[in-house]
Amino acid sequence: MTFWARRKKPVEPAIDNRVFDLLSITVTLVLLVHAPHLLWWLSIALALTLGWRWWQRRRHTGRVPAWLKIPLLALLTLAVVVSYGNIFGREPGTALAVGLLILKLLETETARDVRVGVGFACFALMSALLIDQGLVATVVVALGLLPALATLRALEPAQVPMSLPRTLLPGLVLLAAAIPMALLAFLLVPRLSEPLWGAPTPDEARIGLSDSMSPGNFTDLLIDDSPAMRVTFDGAPPPPDQRYFRAYVMWNYDGRSWRRAFVRHDEMQVPAPIEAGTTINYSVSLVPTHQRVLPALDVPLSVPAEARMQPDHEILADKPVNDPLNYTLRSALGYRLQPDLDDRARRLGLQRPIGFNPRTLTLATQWRQRFGNNDAAIVQAALSLFHDGGFRYTLAPAPLGRDAVDDFLFSTHEGFCEHYSSAFTLLMRDAGIPARVVTGYQGGYWNKFGNYLLVRNSDAHAWSEVWLAGRGWIRVDPTGAVRPERVSLGASAAAGDQLSWYRTDWLQGMRNRWDIVNRWWAQGVIGFDSLRQRGLLTPFGVRDIDTATLGVLLAIGSVLFIAIGLGWALLRKQPRDGLRTALRELERKLARAGIVRRSSEGPQHYLSRAARALPNQRDELATLMKSYLELRYANNMPAPEPLRTFQRAAREFRVTSVVK
Amino acid sequence: MRDLLQRLQTWAEHRLPALTRYRRSETLPIELHRRRIYIVPTMFGLGFSILLLVMMVGALNYSNNAALLLTCLLGAASSTSMLVGFRTLDGLRLSHIRAGHAVAGQPIELTLVFETVRARSSIRVDLDDAFTAFAIEADGTTTVKMILATTYRGWQPLPRIRLWTTWPLGLFRAWSWLYPDQSVLVWPRPESAGPPPRAPADDARHMRLYRGDELAALRDYRAGDPQRHIAWKASAHHDNLLVKDFEQPQSHPQWQLDWRQLRSMDNESRIARLARWVGEAQAQRRSYSLWLPNSEIAASSGPLHYAHCMNMLAQLP
Repeated sequence: MTFWARRKKPVEPAIDNRVFDLLSITVTLVLLVHAPHLLWWLSIALALTLGWRWWQRRRHTGRVPAWLKIPLLALLTLAVVVSYGNIFGREPGTALAVGLLILKLLETETARDVRVGVGFACFALMSALLIDQGLVATVVVALGLLPALATLRALEPAQVPMSLPRTLLPGLVLLAAAIPMALLAFLLVPRLSEPLWGAPTPDEARIGLSDSMSPGNFTDLLIDDSPAMRVTFDGAPPPPDQRYFRAYVMWNYDGRSWRRAFVRHDEMQVPAPIEAGTTINYSVSLVPTHQRVLPALDVPLSVPAEARMQPDHEILADKPVNDPLNYTLRSALGYRLQPDLDDRARRLGLQRPIGFNPRTLTLATQWRQRFGNNDAAIVQAALSLFHDGGFRYTLAPAPLGRDAVDDFLFSTHEGFCEHYSSAFTLLMRDAGIPARVVTGYQGGYWNKFGNYLLVRNSDAHAWSEVWLAGRGWIRVDPTGAVRPERVSLGASAAAGDQLSWYRTDWLQGMRNRWDIVNRWWAQGVIGFDSLRQRGLLTPFGVRDIDTATLGVLLAIGSVLFIAIGLGWALLRKQPRDGLRTALRELERKLARAGIVRRSSEGPQHYLSRAARALPNQRDELATLMKSYLELRYANNMPAPEPLRTFQRAAREFRVTSVVK
Repeated sequence: MRDLLQRLQTWAEHRLPALTRYRRSETLPIELHRRRIYIVPTMFGLGFSILLLVMMVGALNYSNNAALLLTCLLGAASSTSMLVGFRTLDGLRLSHIRAGHAVAGQPIELTLVFETVRARSSIRVDLDDAFTAFAIEADGTTTVKMILATTYRGWQPLPRIRLWTTWPLGLFRAWSWLYPDQSVLVWPRPESAGPPPRAPADDARHMRLYRGDELAALRDYRAGDPQRHIAWKASAHHDNLLVKDFEQPQSHPQWQLDWRQLRSMDNESRIARLARWVGEAQAQRRSYSLWLPNSEIAASSGPLHYAHCMNMLAQLP
């Protein structure tokens, strides 16, 4: 039998515990950043794996054996596939990345593994921002870079030992020093005008306004506190009861839900004519809705770029809003909308499903008989019914049956804006008045500090519009008849005690104030798109920067920063010669008295000459000379204590008499 | 891959001596400055920059400004780390090198003394096959002990020393070559076996044991010890009697080691034999004298004498 000698690769030494701890902290932060959007059981399983690995390595170093690693890997892939359907896409992709990172930790034993792990962790941290790029998330991710940098530092040999929290400090300093250059690069890196490959499609529809409405489906929305949009007005904001933001106009009712009118493409889509009274200009920054609709105050008169206005004054963007969007609009607050109703619109405005809600039809017919041609009186009668008929505003109404409006009007008597607008619109149609449902937002929080209106998803609202001869479409808010606070104070005030503990007043106040930072972040950082970038130099008279100019600016800026950096790098701390400084000071004082040191003169000669010239201070000068000579020439480095004495003596020396 | 890199390095050293190594040796102290510090990204640095590029393209593609901002931050921090790495080496001074003693074929210990004004971490030293790392405090001095392999006796010039660091993040590698104009003296290697030196017959008087003068130690009393050697005062504190023991430096006869006696051998064998004899004499604490072609070392003993003799042997032509 023969043994063959095999050349072994030199074994890399195992990393020490400090490095592993730091890497574990990094990975824990990655997991924390991703936890909000991972499935809860996956987060917990990954956290347990992480904790177990840390404990296991504490006991003895070594890789986790393959028989454990490979099943874990298979389990992870299986879990992702089962819960998300596939492994591609944003959500399953990040879940898989986080899982793989934690599995990487199981076999991390050498410096090389650690470096790969840190690079991967940086990538995973950044990928968290694809899902939430808010200020808090960004700051947390930036803080996550600290242990990552500390891990890389800890890999280097021969360092001054320091405590675990202190090891994070140099990374912070490094990041802080990098901020100016990062900002420059951020401002000047040319943005893509269109993506190189497909932008990610949202994996789950976010809660938001939808283009159909069936009573009851707003409930999720009305408890969602996240911002929907922020509005800045030119001039004073409209009063609270006029803050109606139109999103969708619903015409079609099938007995269960309201839908938008089917607009054929071959038709000329001319917005209905409007006679505008007072107008107002404002700009909106919209949080991504993944829908095409752009909410607008009351009745919009203008259209932003890359959007179209529908005949019923809905504004639809050409593409779904997947990124924060800013647009400027002009709206009418007083108006006569479509004073002459065409046949098609009248047909649409009177349409009702046959065989549903017979009692509603009966009631409306009675009203028509009672009030004759007076449409306004019928509207008033319906509002009085809501106001005095024992109706209640609640976010948790009883469920409704097949004849939903009948059940609501005649038995349950409870509901929120959707129920009221739906019932009101149907009543009007049954009485022969063209009517439609409008959904959007109403109210909002006026932020005094930032001078803007914050509209939350919970401000979602539905109201009605009726067409009255000679006056056109008028807004009627039946919810206001039941609960006037809904209109004047907002949804949370109207809901009363039905809201959770975390929406108490002072907390809400804090959140409203904090929103100004979010707005600044959303506008200044997230909303900095290629358009804003091109307008960057407008204050300097350059209206439009092209990509080449941006590149040149970036190069110039980089060179500038490199120069500053090199200046710092080449800066050398000169060992300070305290003795020389002290002697200079003495020379200055003596020079003022007329004893100037000649360039060829040594210190001994000079100070003896000074002593001769100032006989009163001869002893003092002789002592100074002697100690200077001793300090300078007796040793390589002057001893610290005598040096201080000499410095003090030189500082306190005063020329008392005038030189003869 | 590694092979290719090796060849590339050889080529670079051949073509660009100024880039890779300082051509001429210099006198100590050597202070590192910007014109002799080079810096390149490490493999990890290259990989990391590719990663940054991927993250940046991704952030741009998804027009995700938060990710772009942090990618820029990380990129700027990485480039700043290059300057930190440069500063780790810049201004470092190799003030002097002390060499130990070693015979040819055995490693010799070198002590490199570094000085600095500001504190530095994680500087690595490569000297031939030996490598180590050190940190140095502000206004401090650090000694670094290295091992250098030796082959022949005589003056051996120090090889080029490489100082390098990947501090702080391991993304960049800064290095500088030091070529100190200093040699170390390697002693001749003693032959492994051979005859003892011929003892001169008329030196029989040196054979007798006699008592030295210097007090060496105290030891227990043995029957037959002269009474006047008993340390009475010290014995008072002990159970038994203690006797002053005197050094006996000349318990062995003095050796006269002579180059001329070894006429039948070639030079190197003579040196090897003399080195062995000197070593044996030192081990036996003999007094010995050494006669060499151009010099003569008077009889003496002790480590200094030994070192002197070995130095003279090492420097023979």
